[in-house]
Amino acid sequence: MSWFLTRRLVSLLVTLLFATVVIFAVLEIIPGDPARLMLGINATEEAVAALREQMGLNAPLVTRYLSWLSGLVTGDLGTSLTYSSKVSELIGERIWISLPLALLALFLSTIIAIPVGLFAAARRGKASDTGIMAATQFGIAVPNFWFALLLVYIFAVVLRWVPSGGFPGWENGFWPALLSLAMPAVSLALPQAAILSRVARSALIEVLGEDFIRTARAKGLTKNQTLWNHALRNAMIPVVTIMGLQFAFLLAGTIIIENVFYLPGLGRLVFQAITQHDLPVVQGTVLLLVATVVVINFLVDVLYAWIDPRLRSSTR
Amino acid sequence: MNMPATNPAVEPPISEKSGWDRAIASRSFLFGAAITFLVAAMALISFFWTPFDVTNLVIANRLKSPSVQFLFGTDHFGRDIFSMIMIGARNSIAVALVAVGIGMAIGVPLGAWAAAKRGWVDEILMRTNDVVFAFPSVLSAVMITAIFGPGAINAIIAIGIFNIPVFARLTRGSALSLWSRDYILAARVSGKGATRITVEHILPNILNLLIVQGTIQFSLGILAEAGLSYLGLGAQPPMPSWGRMLSEAQTMIALAPHMAIFPGVAIILTVLGLNLMGDGLRDAFDPKLRGEN
Amino acid sequence: MSILSVENLGLAIGTKSILKNISFKLHKGRITGLVGESGSGKSLTALAMMQLLPRGSRTTGSIKFDGAELLDANEEAMCALRGDDIGMVFQEPMTALNPLKSIGEQVAEGIRIHSGASEEEVQKRTRAILDRVGLPFEKHPLSRFPHELSGGQRQRVVIAMACAMKPKLLIADEPTTALDVIVQARILDLLKELVEENDMALLLISHDLGVVAELSDDIVIMRKGEMIEQGDAIRVLRQRAHPYTAQLAEASTHQPIKNQNRKIDQHSEPMVKVDNLVCEYPGKRVSLFGKGVPFRAVDNVSWKMQKGEILGLVGESGCGKSTLSRTLLGLMQPAAGQIFFEGQLIGSPDGIQREAIVEFVQAVFQDPYSSFNPRHTAERLVGEPLFLRHAMQRSQKRELVVKALEDVGLAASDLAKYPHEFSGGQRQRLAIARAIVNSPKLIIADEPVSALDVSIRAQILDLIIELRERLGLAWLFVSHDLSVVQTICDNVMIMKAGKIVEKGSVVSVYSKPAHTYTSELIEAAPNLARAIELRMKENAR
Repeated sequence: MSWFLTRRLVSLLVTLLFATVVIFAVLEIIPGDPARLMLGINATEEAVAALREQMGLNAPLVTRYLSWLSGLVTGDLGTSLTYSSKVSELIGERIWISLPLALLALFLSTIIAIPVGLFAAARRGKASDTGIMAATQFGIAVPNFWFALLLVYIFAVVLRWVPSGGFPGWENGFWPALLSLAMPAVSLALPQAAILSRVARSALIEVLGEDFIRTARAKGLTKNQTLWNHALRNAMIPVVTIMGLQFAFLLAGTIIIENVFYLPGLGRLVFQAITQHDLPVVQGTVLLLVATVVVINFLVDVLYAWIDPRLRSSTR
Repeated sequence: MNMPATNPAVEPPISEKSGWDRAIASRSFLFGAAITFLVAAMALISFFWTPFDVTNLVIANRLKSPSVQFLFGTDHFGRDIFSMIMIGARNSIAVALVAVGIGMAIGVPLGAWAAAKRGWVDEILMRTNDVVFAFPSVLSAVMITAIFGPGAINAIIAIGIFNIPVFARLTRGSALSLWSRDYILAARVSGKGATRITVEHILPNILNLLIVQGTIQFSLGILAEAGLSYLGLGAQPPMPSWGRMLSEAQTMIALAPHMAIFPGVAIILTVLGLNLMGDGLRDAFDPKLRGEN
Repeated sequence: MSILSVENLGLAIGTKSILKNISFKLHKGRITGLVGESGSGKSLTALAMMQLLPRGSRTTGSIKFDGAELLDANEEAMCALRGDDIGMVFQEPMTALNPLKSIGEQVAEGIRIHSGASEEEVQKRTRAILDRVGLPFEKHPLSRFPHELSGGQRQRVVIAMACAMKPKLLIADEPTTALDVIVQARILDLLKELVEENDMALLLISHDLGVVAELSDDIVIMRKGEMIEQGDAIRVLRQRAHPYTAQLAEASTHQPIKNQNRKIDQHSEPMVKVDNLVCEYPGKRVSLFGKGVPFRAVDNVSWKMQKGEILGLVGESGCGKSTLSRTLLGLMQPAAGQIFFEGQLIGSPDGIQREAIVEFVQAVFQDPYSSFNPRHTAERLVGEPLFLRHAMQRSQKRELVVKALEDVGLAASDLAKYPHEFSGGQRQRLAIARAIVNSPKLIIADEPVSALDVSIRAQILDLIIELRERLGLAWLFVSHDLSVVQTICDNVMIMKAGKIVEKGSVVSVYSKPAHTYTSELIEAAPNLARAIELRMKENAR
């Protein structure tokens, strides 16, 4: 593996470790006793004490962190205080809504943004470019949940084409389930597409000003050949960076959007867990989301190395 | 390493003094600044005067459509939406502004320090940055709310924390490129230390960049605050906030779509104004975008 | 027979007129040097031939290539010509190649487009042309990426791309300006060979009269978008009929007037003494936890210099000369060895400290554009080295600044100006004013004239000598340019790979170099006077 990727992999592991410390510490500073929370206000002191012992809450901080960490490694995120089922199982069910939603949104945003960005760059300075740029400026300013409300109003309330929310479950057929993710995905994707197309445009414009583009033209390549053979791949580097960042935003965005559409995904799960003070669930979900963000950043680096030979070499 | 002879035809830099003049001349900057000014004025006026008293619930006026009397209509408690938007602007601006302030106040010194020290300090600061960066502001807000309960202050902290690495990275990156300039070498040859060089030479020369990024983060802050208060994690009732107005509108969407339209438009206009301002400034300051054929 | 003729070429970009009435002809098998200082329009003339001008350009007049008018040619026709009948080589080899594509792919691309040959044939021809420019595929596989090659090798790749189709005309725009002298000489040799082999015309664009004089048959001299003079290269450069030609040629061989009576006492206590100095950079780690081998930039170097001496430090890029000067300035800590200023040890805790170093040594840097904080006035910039004199009144500081400005030929009225209000030459004067404001004894000048046009260069060299004569300043003159060092320095040190391979008086080192590397450098360095002499002899035979 190249030096670059080795470095990034180490950085990934360190970041993840730090993240577990932060998340564990958060649970520690929370006021209130988890055992009492679980048993309710009417429980006897003895029962609470017994449960504390059983949950291992009396052990020293470091011991508890390490046992929590070793649990994580084996996939054990603890037990929910309100659902009385394993956090890992809860997450395992809910993730099949949030993950497809985020991926669908990323897919939509990419297939819209890249052609639009490239088109605008190619027609730089012309009326169509100016128009597209004004539209994207507007798109960035639209809050995704407001756009979601607008979609609900138009397609569910006025036109009555789709239900305003809810999720039928994958077991009741692929298409109905996918359809119920369509509006959430579109509302997540559009503002991101606006950002991404601006990035794609400026990346391409910048690359087209590079010296090696002039070299390619001096070789006799036409403008189009230069664009396809030389400019695009170089312009992908900043685009990929932003896509990686956007995936993090999309995942976080699902927390809001799932609440607009009443989708029983991770976002709803964590949101309800907060109102019910179900800390293991909050902890587990946040950790999962953070881990996903970190892993996506690493994958972006892998993609970099694939695009750019300078990062592939075994030394720096 | 020094470079071998360079071409004598070094492109003379464009004077840096006229950046603001160019910004003033730019249409997008002017348009953005006008919108921003309008929103800010609205927030300020709301301290002294609003068309209606929003603490006074008049059930008889509930769910009125927009009219001459109620410019943007009324909500399900009979409150005037225009008045609520005016007061809500305060909350949005305050939360986003303080959050950007936190991000700058902590991020800029950290980034400048990392650039000046390099080595271990740099490495540790940047790795920490990566960790913080892995918590999008909605996630931090979720965690903070889980600990301290919901409220505007917690929204500020969550958005502020997310802003720290943004400014730290920007400051570090641009400071690093300045540290290799000859005028920094000259200052070091004159016996100036890292702190003095940072204050005299580095920070003034990245101020423009910080202002541009600040405007953009401000607009992102407005969006993030709206999202958090939509979830109920931001400002609590009775303080009106744009995000919560939207969440209340959601249940009424079939009956009173105007309840959803106007707060949304307020958010969009504010964010649009700030972004246009930021873009105008960036175009004016960034020599790379100038003289583009 | 002329292959390309430019007639009354005019160019305007937007409303700005760039070129006026340019006319010249290029001939098969001949090299034409196109010479001018920055802003003369020489590069745009070349781009006009390629029809690769920036957007918004309007041309008038005519450029005929092989009988066909290029200014009327459509894009399709130009694409067929570029890279096939007309090749072009650019100045900056580090950015001229696409970093994401292998060199083989980039060379093959042009051959594929123009020849329509089979893929096998294309690969064969790619290997052949890379082999021809000195990159045999056994040593340099086609799968190499640009970042794996040195600057000179990259420039060879660019030349291979331009010459792959055996063009009738090759345009080379400052092809060696970014390269070290020895590499430059080899690249120029290669270009010359290619001209002879292919009987092509070469338009060699350069700011360096020495380079042009060594290579060119014909010469075209341009200034501010207008043609000054043209004709047989050696004749034009010898006769210097036009005042501007004379000015350029004089500036290129400029010899500042030194006080011949000045004797540097080599035996008294040296002003600067460097003993066994070693400077290292931390090495790159090979494994995650292992420590890298440190890179030794300066390797056990010892020398001394006297009061009022101008000592040249010559070497190619990466030889350690900048590291050495930075260590002297106290910007880097040496790994081993000692530096004495007037007998006092610097750097160590018991030696002299920062304040004393600042008062003793100052610096002038290469690039007059990045030497100044754009937000500060001349007064603040020039006064910077007085910063440690806390007891000094503001008015006293201002007096010193004004004196320094006057010493370098600027005036008190310049105090409130910002850097962008000065010209390139004035800025370098400003940099020198900053270096002398606190009356140091030694100034380290790192390539102080490399970024300047020749006429300005001559003025700055005069100023350096003048300041030495008047103020008794010693200069450590760091440069890659042997001819400049020869004109200005008393003594010279030649540095290679961290070591000083030769030192001595300029006269003895240049006339009887002891080290082969020194003679190689002297041989390779372009030199106008020598070139004219040599070409005259050739022609006589």
